[in-house]
Amino acid sequence: MSQDIIIEINQITKIYKMGNVNVTALDGISLKVKLGEFLAIMGPSGSGKSTLMNILGCLDRPTKGSYVLDGEDISRMSREQLAHIRSRKIGFIFQSYNLLAQATAVQNVLLPIVYRRNGHISNKERLELAHQALASVGLTDRDNHKPTEMSGGQQQRVAIARALINSPALILADEPTGNLDSHSGMEIMQIMQNLHAQGRTIVMITHDARNAAYAERTFHLKDGRIEEDQFALPTPELSSKVGVS
Amino acid sequence: MNLSELFRIAGEGISRNKLRALLTMLGVIIGVSAVIIMIAISAGTEATIADNIQELGTNLLFITQSMGAQMVSRNTATSSTFLTYDDAQAINDAISGVSGVVVERDITDVVKYGSSSMDGVSVIGTTSSYAQVRDIAQGSGRFITQNDITNTAKVVVLGYSTAQTLFGDADPVGEKIYVGDIKLTVVGVMAKKGVVGNTDYDERIYIPLTLVFEKFTFSPFARVQGNQVGTILVQVADLKNMDNVITQIQILLAKRHDTTVENLPFTVRTQEDIIATQESTTAAFRELLAWVAAVSLVVGGIGIMNIMLVSVTERTREIGIRQATGATPGDIRGQFLTEALLLSLTGGLIGVISGVGGAWLFYKLGDMRTVVMPNSILLAFISAAIVGIFFGFYPANKAAQLDPIVALRHE
Repeated sequence: MSQDIIIEINQITKIYKMGNVNVTALDGISLKVKLGEFLAIMGPSGSGKSTLMNILGCLDRPTKGSYVLDGEDISRMSREQLAHIRSRKIGFIFQSYNLLAQATAVQNVLLPIVYRRNGHISNKERLELAHQALASVGLTDRDNHKPTEMSGGQQQRVAIARALINSPALILADEPTGNLDSHSGMEIMQIMQNLHAQGRTIVMITHDARNAAYAERTFHLKDGRIEEDQFALPTPELSSKVGVS
Repeated sequence: MNLSELFRIAGEGISRNKLRALLTMLGVIIGVSAVIIMIAISAGTEATIADNIQELGTNLLFITQSMGAQMVSRNTATSSTFLTYDDAQAINDAISGVSGVVVERDITDVVKYGSSSMDGVSVIGTTSSYAQVRDIAQGSGRFITQNDITNTAKVVVLGYSTAQTLFGDADPVGEKIYVGDIKLTVVGVMAKKGVVGNTDYDERIYIPLTLVFEKFTFSPFARVQGNQVGTILVQVADLKNMDNVITQIQILLAKRHDTTVENLPFTVRTQEDIIATQESTTAAFRELLAWVAAVSLVVGGIGIMNIMLVSVTERTREIGIRQATGATPGDIRGQFLTEALLLSLTGGLIGVISGVGGAWLFYKLGDMRTVVMPNSILLAFISAAIVGIFFGFYPANKAAQLDPIVALRHE
């Protein structure tokens, strides 16, 4: 059973120092995420969801508490080790895509491969991998386009392909539809749903209840604490309604 | 992340802003060129000096008036403080181990033949063993003889290029030319010798020393000085005997001029002393250039650091994205360090090319002998690399230290 748990955080606290004032962003949060689960984290701004996201994404460390990701306790790791964990286990999807502006779609998708430590991959294999990843998010004819030559929806698909390229244990999405119109947003959410269907573990931060409805579990944060942890089955009718409205 | 990947990323970073990259490299380019040109010039000078030793021989002693003594002698106006032809004869007669003594007294005058005339020709009044001591071969005719000296013969021997200028390919022996107002018969032409040190031997003409005393010493005051000469050259038979001969000459001259060796108003120098003086001048010049080169390399380095700092700030978000996708602090540091290195090495390469070109230009336009040393290219290249690493490290470290969260949020 414990092998099915991919994220296990225990009594995590994060305190920021702002001048002389200590701000508690997370106040003793415990959470387990199972392999293949699609979890949405919701909460108003200032609820600590970004902080939680940063810690889950190994971009930051908790002040107190432990975080075990895919069997490795990362809560006391060095910056170097955290980078290795990010490289191997995490794929990020950001609200503002965060693609390298001067690089083509393929180059962006291949970025995590550049920083991968295990096993050399030939250039030809890389291109093949990148092409496959782009095809899996429905982009087949944009390989050599730069972000500025693509629509927001297309850019976000490139970002998703990038998140997938290293087959990470966890996909972290931070407001993935926040910068998109509702139609593109719906397309992105359907891709997320597909990923979930393929057995990927996804943690998504959103303040949009319609996006959260795609997740099988929603986690409400308020003032750095868990307000609600709710399991729900996503209904296909709802998702299509969301897309239209 | 392998090396080729590192260079590819760094290359992309640089090529994004080519003009800026070029301006950044300018300091290094100038520094490296300066290093190469500086070493090429001093190597060229050294080669010239080495050639001079070959050309003039190391067994020559030069006796000249001391600088300070000339000033004093003008005040006292006593002939005893001047170097004379008699001194030369005394050295020749009294000192053992001397294989030749030559006297030079040079004046400058107009030389005329028919309608052609030459201004500012160096006219050397000298003695018969000049050609032997100075190691100049006879082209045609003969050199000045002891007879010419004794009789104050109105004869002249031409240097190679002076003969060419006045007579073309015709043989000038037997022709009459004017030196100043005095009509002289050409008795010989010297073979080509070329420029040694600062002297073009082929442009000189030679007349009997006594003729200078009699016909070319116009000032009454100078005539009182009588047979004053500029330089006495002494050829020493055996190199090992050099110091001994110098001492003997100093003692002899001191006795002849009623003074002590310490107060002797003349300096007796070997060819090596003269070369050493030249070399110390070269060394000072070289040192100055070395500082210029070092300073411009440092300035170049600061330029690189400045631009790298700007670049890190500009690309904060890119750094964040790279960190999020798995780049370690070391990867980021490596990327920016490689960029700085690539900038400085490219600057170094351009600097090497412009340095070699500059050395050639100095040779062509500045009439300066330059020898580009392969070592200097290596040295310049290594200095450029060190500058790149040294001044690239701080910005690279700053980039590596960026917090990924802050970097990702950067606009």
